[in-house]
Amino acid sequence: MTDIPASALLSLENITKRFGPLVANDGISLSLQRGEILALLGENGAGKTTLMNILFGHYVQDEGVVRVAGKNGLETLPSGSPGAALAAGVGMVHQHFTLAENLSGLANIRLGTEALLSLGRASAARRKIEQIIAESGLTVDLDRRVADLTVGEKQRVEILKALYRDAKVLILDEPTAVLTPQEADGLFVVLRRLAANGLGVIFISHKLGEVLAISNRILVLRAGRKAGELVSATADRRAIADLMVGKAVAEVTRAPAKPGAALMAFDKVSLRQGASRQSLRKVSFELRAGEIVGLAGVSGNGQAGIAALISGLAVPSEGELLLYGKPIHRADPRALVAAGVARMPEDRQHDGVVGTMSVADNIAIEEVRSPAFSRSGWLDRKAMRARAQSAIAAYDVRCLGPDAEARLLSGGNVQKLILARVLEREPRVILANQPTRGLDVGAQAEVHRRIIAARDRGAAVMVISEDLDELFALSDRFLVAHEGEITDAGPAEGLDRSTIGLLMAGHSAAAEGLAS
Amino acid sequence: MSFRLEMRENASVGLRLGVSLGAGIVALLLVAIPVLFAGGSPLTAYGLMVQGAFGSMFALSETLNRATPLILTGLAAAVAFRAKLWNIGAEGQLYIGALAAVLVGSGLLQMPPALLIPTVMIAGFLAGGMMMVIPTLIKQRFGADEVVITLLLNFIVILFVQMLVEGPLKDPLAMGWPQSVPLLAEAKLPKLLPRLRMHWGLITGVVAAIVLWVMVRKTVLGFEIRAVGENKAAARFAGIPVDKTMLKVALISGGLAGLAGVGEVAGVKGYLSADLSPGFGYSGIVVAMLAGLSPIGTVIAAIFIAAVFVGADSMSRATGISNYVADLVVALSLLCVLVGSFFLRFRLRYDRKLEA
Ligand SMILES: Nc1ncnc2c1ncn2[C@@H]1O[C@H](COP(=O)(O)OP(=O)(O)OP(=O)(O)O)[C@@H](O)[C@H]1O
Ligand SMILES: [Mg+2]
Repeated sequence: MTDIPASALLSLENITKRFGPLVANDGISLSLQRGEILALLGENGAGKTTLMNILFGHYVQDEGVVRVAGKNGLETLPSGSPGAALAAGVGMVHQHFTLAENLSGLANIRLGTEALLSLGRASAARRKIEQIIAESGLTVDLDRRVADLTVGEKQRVEILKALYRDAKVLILDEPTAVLTPQEADGLFVVLRRLAANGLGVIFISHKLGEVLAISNRILVLRAGRKAGELVSATADRRAIADLMVGKAVAEVTRAPAKPGAALMAFDKVSLRQGASRQSLRKVSFELRAGEIVGLAGVSGNGQAGIAALISGLAVPSEGELLLYGKPIHRADPRALVAAGVARMPEDRQHDGVVGTMSVADNIAIEEVRSPAFSRSGWLDRKAMRARAQSAIAAYDVRCLGPDAEARLLSGGNVQKLILARVLEREPRVILANQPTRGLDVGAQAEVHRRIIAARDRGAAVMVISEDLDELFALSDRFLVAHEGEITDAGPAEGLDRSTIGLLMAGHSAAAEGLAS
Repeated sequence: MSFRLEMRENASVGLRLGVSLGAGIVALLLVAIPVLFAGGSPLTAYGLMVQGAFGSMFALSETLNRATPLILTGLAAAVAFRAKLWNIGAEGQLYIGALAAVLVGSGLLQMPPALLIPTVMIAGFLAGGMMMVIPTLIKQRFGADEVVITLLLNFIVILFVQMLVEGPLKDPLAMGWPQSVPLLAEAKLPKLLPRLRMHWGLITGVVAAIVLWVMVRKTVLGFEIRAVGENKAAARFAGIPVDKTMLKVALISGGLAGLAGVGEVAGVKGYLSADLSPGFGYSGIVVAMLAGLSPIGTVIAAIFIAAVFVGADSMSRATGISNYVADLVVALSLLCVLVGSFFLRFRLRYDRKLEA
């Protein structure tokens, strides 16, 4: 057709997709070569996931064609058929995984490609998968139940699933959003190796640093349109950010903290119930008014326990958790919310929103029983809609309105919805658990600004994040989690990444010469 | 040229309605085949069925009489399934509700009808409700599956009722029939029209449907039930008391089934026996599924199913074709709804273009 080189694997031509009045993709074209890693960038709701869903056949485009390399050069892919996309060699790893949790990794990889009862071929399948593992470095225990795997391992199973079906093109929708930095580095090694063998990769991410490091080419979407295309080697962060947002992203600045009284205090708190990644051992620290405390640590070292306690989902097995000086004895999220605690869940799709309920419902959900949204058992729909309307405007939640179902929001916009829900009522204690995971640079800056504004208003804030840059941008004081114990690393000034890194690895504070 | 299946992003309300309606129609069309084999003309047979179900005031009354317990057991299933609480025990809850009505209304209390009828109904509601609250508590405490518990309880309850009506509750004046002592006249639900069997239970059912509909859309409890049913983890995180909400749902669901039992003893039979219900509890599940779990839809679906049964009986008397046709229509409707719900998720596309 056009001037597409012979090594082209894939071309999308003038793809347009509308959802009612909203144009999610507007005449987007792109091409992908063998061995190329293409990064797809854009604000939350720019249409990245939608475009990939069209390529993979989950959605049907209103206009445009998808062509994939076949026997006779580029062949048109029938729209709306994931089966056809798979057969043509397009593999996709979704933003939210799609594995059968109670089956083994091996069964998941084979699922859908052959009858599971064909025992005879199980060994052949296994050999093929083991060969892929050896070539790519995607190490997983194939016989473990998927439910018992870590997020990183689940993702490797998803990638193996695509490669097992002889994918020529691999789409990864925000693969690093859920990974620890170490796991992300491992993924990049794998991707480079796969690309060297001729695989074409489309990689969606909001982290400019990793995009520049891993990709060959960058395509930027803005509000459904193609805003520009850059060669990674010569691009710089500023230029990309400006392309994405259409204007320069302002730096977030903050004045030194003026800590006040302790609003929440952990006094030798131990937690044993629940999953082991929640457990805590004699943890003591305070969250003070007007101060942001950053909790650093490799995921799974007790952060989940701290979050569960502050969220009101658990109570200490030993020790005391004090809110405004009074001990909390009952796990009661509603009481905490009423007392002015704002909680952002780590897994927002799972714990944050009820997908089939509306944006307005999801914004009101924590306070439906309060007079703000109901009177003697009757919902005040008008108040709910009004609150939703103002939240949508104030937090720039991109959606069709208060009545839109939450499941239709893009990943980043769900996070903005949750922010709107918890920050609007001027909370006194804030738990921000991975507050900017999956948010675009502009939204990230906006969230940081709002958290700092809340601190300046006198709120006590705890930020849990795996992103050290984020922690250094926000924290006035650092705590570090290691195997269920918390070390106070002291004020952020005078701390650097390597000190925090050593504490995360379990070296004691005393050994590092820190005051506690 | 080919047909293909496409994933739908959204399914509209109209489409949902269409699927339920279409399912009923397709089921009737499919049943034409066995009717033909039985040597009847499907058109005549269906004509007779419609006549038998709606053709006269008497027919209409019989249909609505039959629909009354189905509305209540249908609502019992619909409200529970909304919250992902799998109550398969409406049959047992119906019997327990009926038993409570007999215990309270056969002489224990002496009151005028205006007091006794509500008392009997409340007793039946609470008794049926407890029959669902207990399995739900067991599920919450010990993680036992409510499907199994409620299903098995059906058999236990019916055997228990059988024991009672042949023993302690047996009516000495019933000439040996295994039936309970009768309800007092003051406890009986008044008929809606003279000489017709329709009774006030029908009004109860319709009111219950409207109350549920309003509850789901307008009240905090309805909001919480939806949240718990759609995403338990998010509901818990947001502070909705998940277990408590489930127990409320259990009470309402079991209670509605209990009311169905009250209606049958106090509105139709006047006494309790082990053949009070020809499976109203199970048919309620079909009704709720046909209605897509919507309360108002449940009323319509219940009348449809009742009409099929009543109409088939009368058709069978006129033509000699077996009234098992009714069971066929009901079973096929359910299957068609299940197939139809597939079209809520996918759409069939016709491709004119040849593959490039
Ligand atoms: N099925 C749908 N119905 C209506 N609107 C939809 C649907 N799917 C997506 N949208 C809307 O289309 C827009 C693009 O969404 P998309 O998920 O593609 O964004 P994205 O670029 O992946 O964002 P993020 O970075 O937040 O994941 C959003 O405004 C979203 O609300
Ligand atoms: Mg997305």
